[in-house]
Amino acid sequence: MDTNILFIFVLSIFVGFEVISKVPSMLHTPLMSGTNAIHGIILFGGILVLADADGTLARTLGFVAVVFGSANVFGGFMVTDRMLQMFKKKK
Amino acid sequence: MSSTIALILIGVAVLFILGIKFLSSPKTARRGNLVAAAGMVIGFIILSKPDGANIWTQGWTFNYTLIVIGIIVGLVIGALGAYSVKMTAMPQMVALFNGLGGGAASLVASLEFLKKAQMHPFPGIMLTVLDDVPAAVTIPMLFATLIGSLSFAGSIIAYLKLEGKFEKPHTFPGQNFLNGLILLVILGLCGWLTFNATGHNAVVAFIVMFCLALFFGVAMVLPIGGADMPVVISLLNSFTGLAVAADGFAINNNAMIVAGTLVGSSGTLLTLLMCKAMNRPVTNVLFGAFGSGGGSKTAAGGVAGTVKPIQADEVALLLTYAQRVVIVPGYGMAVAQAQHSVRELSDELGKRGIEVQFAIHPVAGRMPGHMNVLLAEANVPYDQLIEMEAINPTMDRVDVCLVIGANDVVNPAAREEKSSPIYGMPIIEADRCKTTIVMKRSMAAGFAGIENHLFYKDNTRMLFGDAKASLNALVAAVKAS
Repeated sequence: MDTNILFIFVLSIFVGFEVISKVPSMLHTPLMSGTNAIHGIILFGGILVLADADGTLARTLGFVAVVFGSANVFGGFMVTDRMLQMFKKKK
Repeated sequence: MSSTIALILIGVAVLFILGIKFLSSPKTARRGNLVAAAGMVIGFIILSKPDGANIWTQGWTFNYTLIVIGIIVGLVIGALGAYSVKMTAMPQMVALFNGLGGGAASLVASLEFLKKAQMHPFPGIMLTVLDDVPAAVTIPMLFATLIGSLSFAGSIIAYLKLEGKFEKPHTFPGQNFLNGLILLVILGLCGWLTFNATGHNAVVAFIVMFCLALFFGVAMVLPIGGADMPVVISLLNSFTGLAVAADGFAINNNAMIVAGTLVGSSGTLLTLLMCKAMNRPVTNVLFGAFGSGGGSKTAAGGVAGTVKPIQADEVALLLTYAQRVVIVPGYGMAVAQAQHSVRELSDELGKRGIEVQFAIHPVAGRMPGHMNVLLAEANVPYDQLIEMEAINPTMDRVDVCLVIGANDVVNPAAREEKSSPIYGMPIIEADRCKTTIVMKRSMAAGFAGIENHLFYKDNTRMLFGDAKASLNALVAAVKAS
């Protein structure tokens, strides 16, 4: 295996910890929802496996994976945006 | 991979990191979400196969038609869910999307794994047999399958619990033991598959492991009470992130590794922060089955003092003569859909020069920060929302404290009663105000199922009734005075 990938992996762990270490509790819900949308990147995985799928079973499962991933990524970003557009200062 | 694509990928990773960074400050949060979404779009355009070829420049096959249909179906489901959900039901929606992501992660890994499987004709029967898979690929695949299905099943249960179905913890003797046993079997199968991912037995073992992981997800979340679901969802969210990262390893996609790992680690930290806000170790949440025995629920010697009811017009009088009013909103306010009436009252008092602030407990509502979202929906400016740590030292100087549909988060037992199950949980010290008005439907206990001493204090008055109706009466009375 390419060790560069492991390098990226370990650094990402620390970056993930660092970036949210000072988040106020009022943003916990939007942050959870926002990161939830980011792991919707699994849609890419679904696309890649479905593109090479062979046979009915593989196509069906791949299709379900793409639908799930797509709902995760679109729904995730939309619901987060809907939450956040409400955080306004007094006009 | 060409160096241009590699450079763009670094940019995508930076967009994700900046997105999460912006999401952790109220001023930039919305931009953060859009930045992350932009990263996703760019990643989508440059998506390439493991051999480096861009996926959109390949010859169009039936599979591509399926991909496009799948994306559109998902888009419709996601948009309908995101825009039709009520703000009070937001946590469920996040749980559901998370579950879908987990399911997708599990399916992607399973497909990769089973792609190595081939039909081998034996005399009379067809058998699925696995070709040899190297351990460096097997481990991330197994991990993604396991964690993804666990997250899928667990999130669906969390969703149902927040929807009010079997909200109470389900426990039976030896439950933790049984769960531990299932986990051991799963891990055993994983270990065996890592070194024996070949032949017919491997396919069977894989399917058994897949089903057990689904079952374990259900068994893990069922015993946890509805009040702890936010922590569970946050944990499952980080699980899905890790499963996605593992998928990235298995199918050799760096963007997935970076995004998944970021979510996995930030989600883990977020889970710990939430537990810290409730002053409970994460192990207690997962294995404690809160509110189902253990510790005395009511004070042994009963509660001293009497409950003193009050009428709305009296409260209005108290409010108009106050200089500083603090409102403590709870989930009861959200259930009664009273957040708009609350804002109206706060505006009306503000017009009279009375200082109005909202004291927000970190876990008020059904999810940390949920109350902020609900109040923001009702146009309460966020600089009027004060966090617990900031407002508690000033509670002595508050003339009237309005507790609306909140219970456990203002229970002084957390400070005074060592035997109480919520002992040690930080609370909003509403009992220290000059007058505390508790608006509540009845004397029923809160989510933790324990008696609240605040209701019996000398300076506490109870305004019974539906929160929205009471608030409207208050607004009318304040306007009239």
